[in-house]
Amino acid sequence: MKKLSARRRHPLAALVVLLLALACTGGLYAAFAPADKAQADETAQSLAIDEGKKLYAVGCASCHGTGGQGTTDGPSLVGVGAAAVDFQVGTGRMPAQQPGAQVPRKKVIYSQAEIDQLAAYVASLGAGPVIPTEEQYGPEGADIAEGGELFRTNCAQCHNFTGKGGALTHGKFAPTLEDVDPKHIYEAMQTGPQNMPSFPDTTLSEENKKDIIAYLDAVNGEETESPGGLSLGGLGPVSEGLFGWIFGLGACIAVAVWVAARTAKAKKS
Amino acid sequence: MSTTANTDSRSRGKAPAGERVADWADGRLGIYSLAKANMRKIFPDHWSFMLGEICLYSFIIIILTGVYLTLFFHPSMNEVEYHGSYVPMQGQLMSEAYKSTLEISFDVRGGLLIRQIHHWAAIIFLAGMFVHMMRVFFTGAFRKPREINWLFGFLLFVLGMFTGFTGYSLPDDLLSGTGVRFTQGAILSVPIVGTYISMFLFGGEFPGDDFVARFYSIHILLLPGIMLGLVVGHLILVFYHKHTQFAGPGRTNKNVVGMPLLPVYMAKAGGFFFLVFGVIALIAGIATVNPIWALGPYRADQVSTGAQPDWYMGFAEGLVRAMPGWEINLWGHTLVLGVFIPLVIFGLFLALIAVYPFIESWVTGDKREHHILDRPRNAPTRTAFGVAWITAYMIMLIGGGNDIVATHFHLSINAVTWFVRIGFFAGPVIAFIVTKRICLGLQRRDKDKVLHGRESGIIKRLPHGEFIEVHEPLSQEHMYTLTAHEQYKPAEIGPTVDENGVERKAKSSEKLRAKLSNAYYGEGNQIPKPTVEEYREITSGHGHH
Repeated sequence: MKKLSARRRHPLAALVVLLLALACTGGLYAAFAPADKAQADETAQSLAIDEGKKLYAVGCASCHGTGGQGTTDGPSLVGVGAAAVDFQVGTGRMPAQQPGAQVPRKKVIYSQAEIDQLAAYVASLGAGPVIPTEEQYGPEGADIAEGGELFRTNCAQCHNFTGKGGALTHGKFAPTLEDVDPKHIYEAMQTGPQNMPSFPDTTLSEENKKDIIAYLDAVNGEETESPGGLSLGGLGPVSEGLFGWIFGLGACIAVAVWVAARTAKAKKS
Repeated sequence: MSTTANTDSRSRGKAPAGERVADWADGRLGIYSLAKANMRKIFPDHWSFMLGEICLYSFIIIILTGVYLTLFFHPSMNEVEYHGSYVPMQGQLMSEAYKSTLEISFDVRGGLLIRQIHHWAAIIFLAGMFVHMMRVFFTGAFRKPREINWLFGFLLFVLGMFTGFTGYSLPDDLLSGTGVRFTQGAILSVPIVGTYISMFLFGGEFPGDDFVARFYSIHILLLPGIMLGLVVGHLILVFYHKHTQFAGPGRTNKNVVGMPLLPVYMAKAGGFFFLVFGVIALIAGIATVNPIWALGPYRADQVSTGAQPDWYMGFAEGLVRAMPGWEINLWGHTLVLGVFIPLVIFGLFLALIAVYPFIESWVTGDKREHHILDRPRNAPTRTAFGVAWITAYMIMLIGGGNDIVATHFHLSINAVTWFVRIGFFAGPVIAFIVTKRICLGLQRRDKDKVLHGRESGIIKRLPHGEFIEVHEPLSQEHMYTLTAHEQYKPAEIGPTVDENGVERKAKSSEKLRAKLSNAYYGEGNQIPKPTVEEYREITSGHGHH
């Protein structure tokens, strides 16, 4: 000990202690640090959250609060989940253009990558529904007829028989489901945006949601045939009545005028 | 007569086949005298006189296509599982009625086209009757002797509504089932007897399993049978009364100027039938109507938004949608005013137009026959009344489609409903005043035209520099047409003192009548038509033009 004690004022003593301390921390880190792969994920995730936070601060914070806690202009986003963000921003509803009865669908202004970053940030505020995978909303293996029955039982009272949309009170409305991405339909059922009730998996199972999406694709998709001709908006008797009056009766009257004008009269008056 | 004809022709050799057939028929049916009396029947020419024909032809088309549909439709509410060609319904439980309608639409040859012709023809039939009634109303063609025929026509319209409604309910799809439920609700709202009627009609609680079969016999047998009888009666009366005509030189209350039934009108009417059929078939080939496959089978636990009846029931739908949901609970019974009041208004509002001819003849005291039509402007009060009625009707149609109006014009459904509520009362009043002003304006214009001629558009400069527009005098015929209408004097209460000098109290009905009559014909409610003296004075050289 004397030897050591004698050299403690040696000029190189501090260096030795420093090296020892570094070796010690390094060794401990090497022993206890998480595996390499997980380490990389963590970084990407936190990077996405960071990026999302920046986007959030610019595009969302004015209404939803700087920490997503909500303000008088916008609800709290704690616990809404990534699916809600993907739906709202992915359909162009958010950021909202103006306050009103309901925020309508409009042009999407964020790229999918940015939407994912925003979703990651909002998801980090509290646990909520995640963005579904294609396996969940894809049409494979779905029962279309079953989906139709589920749709008529749960959805048609607001969205009409085949999803053409309908009116709600005070200017609110159930939007048309025409050309809505299956993923967004799934997310809407999951999260219940705006006036829509949510249908979590305990109410409508994953299988049920898949069936409903497949049904909508069959009766209101891009490749849906209309066996009877022009569908007249699929709105039922109101548009049929208008069409019947204007084009049906209108054509009959036009023909009547034409027939009456072709007369055997000797003199035209 | 036929015997002599036969001997004559035999002596000259064999008569042509057609003549022999006609002779044979005449000997048994007496068609010669029938034909002689009616073949040369004269009908006047005007496009608006063909509106009734549109109705008649679409009615015939409905019957023809309806017969085809009955061959494939199963009016049964037995529950079956679907395994047909329409994929989105595979394995679904549904009534046989719905299943057979799907089969008609997808598996029966020409089934969908015939279904669509049938449905479009029904929509056009009712619309045609509406417009035909408007023509008859606004030209005063309902006046004596045609009041009964007006009632026949009215009944046809109302029965047409219910035939249409029962037909729309037959496929037992989700839309029509909702409509039937709506109707059942209206029946239930009738105090005391409502529940009993509903239980009787549906064979127990709604929906039960009877109503399709019952509606079926009502739709294909009972109502069309009555309607067919009424149509025949309607046409016989048109023949018997002879057709009305617009005023014009040579046309009087005692003659009909036009073309004979044979050959002119037979050819025209026959051709027109095929034209109407063509138009309806074309529309049915182009546009979908009631795509029941997209609507799904009816289940009492399901409902869709945008559920409306066909347009002719939209008025009733609107009344119920606009009515606040009032109800009174008394001694354990509920009086559903929110539905019952609309039901009563529905009946009264339709009845109003049905009894109008009698109201008008009572008010005006006019009991003479009329075969010359009025121009709508020359009967301002009647025209204004008709327009007010149509305004209320149309506002209720908007009410019936308030959700569709709201979504498509980006409005609040509450705002639309309030517009309808206020409009139902205010709209007819505004329409009445505006229409009357327009009619009087047009009368003034007619008077001007007769007295001063028509504006020629030629500007003339006088020697002293003044510019004037040259007015050209009308032809004699035109002037006659513009001044042919009669102008009435308002009815008066009559002497209030009888022949003995005793004061007589005027009955309140008399006073009301005098008041109404004044509203029809009093000062300011019609423009006195130009007299011969006025005309002479202006044309004798002292006139300004």
